[in-house]
Amino acid sequence: MMPDVVINDPASSAAILVRGLCRYFGSRAAVHDINLELRRGEVLGFLGPNGAGKTTIMRMLTGTLAPSAGRIEICGIDLVDKPRDAKARMGYLPEVPPLYRELTVNEYLRLAARLHRVEKAEIRSAVVRAVERCGLGTTGKRLIGSLSKGYQQRVGIAQAIIHDPDVIILDEPTAGLDPNQIRDVRALIRELGAERSVIISTHILPEVESMCDRVQIVNAGRTVFDDTLGGLRQKGISLEEVFMRSTMNFQRLESS
Amino acid sequence: MLAIVQKELRILFGSPLAWVILALVQLVLTWVFLAHLETFLQVQPQLIMIANPPGVTETIVAPLFAMAAVVLLMAAPLLTSRLIAEERRNHTLPFLVSAPISMTDIVLGKFLGLMVFFSAVVALVAILSMSLLAGGPLDIGLLLSNIAGLCLICACFVSLGLYISCLSASPATAGAGTLGALLALWVMDNATGEGKDNITRNFSLLSHYENFNRGMIDTFDLAYFVIFILIFLVLSIRRLDGERLLG
Repeated sequence: MMPDVVINDPASSAAILVRGLCRYFGSRAAVHDINLELRRGEVLGFLGPNGAGKTTIMRMLTGTLAPSAGRIEICGIDLVDKPRDAKARMGYLPEVPPLYRELTVNEYLRLAARLHRVEKAEIRSAVVRAVERCGLGTTGKRLIGSLSKGYQQRVGIAQAIIHDPDVIILDEPTAGLDPNQIRDVRALIRELGAERSVIISTHILPEVESMCDRVQIVNAGRTVFDDTLGGLRQKGISLEEVFMRSTMNFQRLESS
Repeated sequence: MLAIVQKELRILFGSPLAWVILALVQLVLTWVFLAHLETFLQVQPQLIMIANPPGVTETIVAPLFAMAAVVLLMAAPLLTSRLIAEERRNHTLPFLVSAPISMTDIVLGKFLGLMVFFSAVVALVAILSMSLLAGGPLDIGLLLSNIAGLCLICACFVSLGLYISCLSASPATAGAGTLGALLALWVMDNATGEGKDNITRNFSLLSHYENFNRGMIDTFDLAYFVIFILIFLVLSIRRLDGERLLG
């Protein structure tokens, strides 16, 4: 897509590398010293109770919020030094899908493609591919405002993958969907995870178990647990147990 | 940046608001135009008596453009208010900010998008004036000076409106704020009485426009407009950047 931004050998660097990430709102530390490493072709589940700082971390990863301290590298490109090159390599679906209700699905996806530096000649095929992958079928000419919540969520995902990014960041992608739609979206994410690196934030445990390779639990802005799901299964501990223990303990520590 | 311009225009012209404003502005200005034309036709016999009488451009076109500036001052907040405030309310701002474009691209794209709309309004007013060519010659220089002045003052409205829209999360507040600020900048020269060289008068938008209106392009007025536009564009960029930093 942009051959001149390929600086590092893609196989050598991690898809996302975060070191010592902090974010303060006034004197309150919303995120404190987070380290995160996402390998290529890995799906990372980002877990935590409400208000744990998941969304704040995701906003910092996508460059919509500046970190107070720490370093973020996307595919080996520093987000602070070269924000545009780094952003071109990732797709982001925020908590609320950022949709223009006045545009049709095709218009919106074309806009997303242009903003993400997809070459003019390839925009049409990129839109067709994204529409197909997200099961948007015949909705192309409809206004986004007239679509159901489930379809709007899919348009949001389509927007995040339109430029074929190396890293896909999805903030609660299944929130507010019905069970069938949740199943569809999960299948889509698994499919994306086969070839791309994906981060999903959620507080739904089965979702992590069904989609992710690795899980990182944050609580009160700190990492409290980080392991592969395979490792958990080997130890014979359930994710729910880990989640309860790591997030409850912390609250007890805080209050004591 | 062009992608943003295109998106702005598509959303603008996809809504009835732009068309309603375009139609109403045109209706009001045509009415004013016809009224001036009628007055001119009535006094024309007397005008011929005096030496060096004011031409049709001075008596019809210049007042028309003066009126156009006031009408657009009222209309501009309706359009500028949604620029950033609505993106914020619809949670679409992260879509733009997380894309590989700079804040400058976003702000300039939005500014230029709306300027295309205002150029269309100015073009319509110009065409309206040109229709007088059917009856006789026009002072083209004066007409061009008016067109340039109207474009510049519209750009001022848009850049100020854009900045106020950056400050607010609701379009209605931004619109009210912009209208208030523009009105204040307009009446500034009225409030200070007759004194020609009053300092507050120098800050008034419309008093700088008056010279363009009379066919006099002064570097001071030109500089005022350009600095006004740049200041609020830079403030908008800084404001959006600051939001990323402060959260």
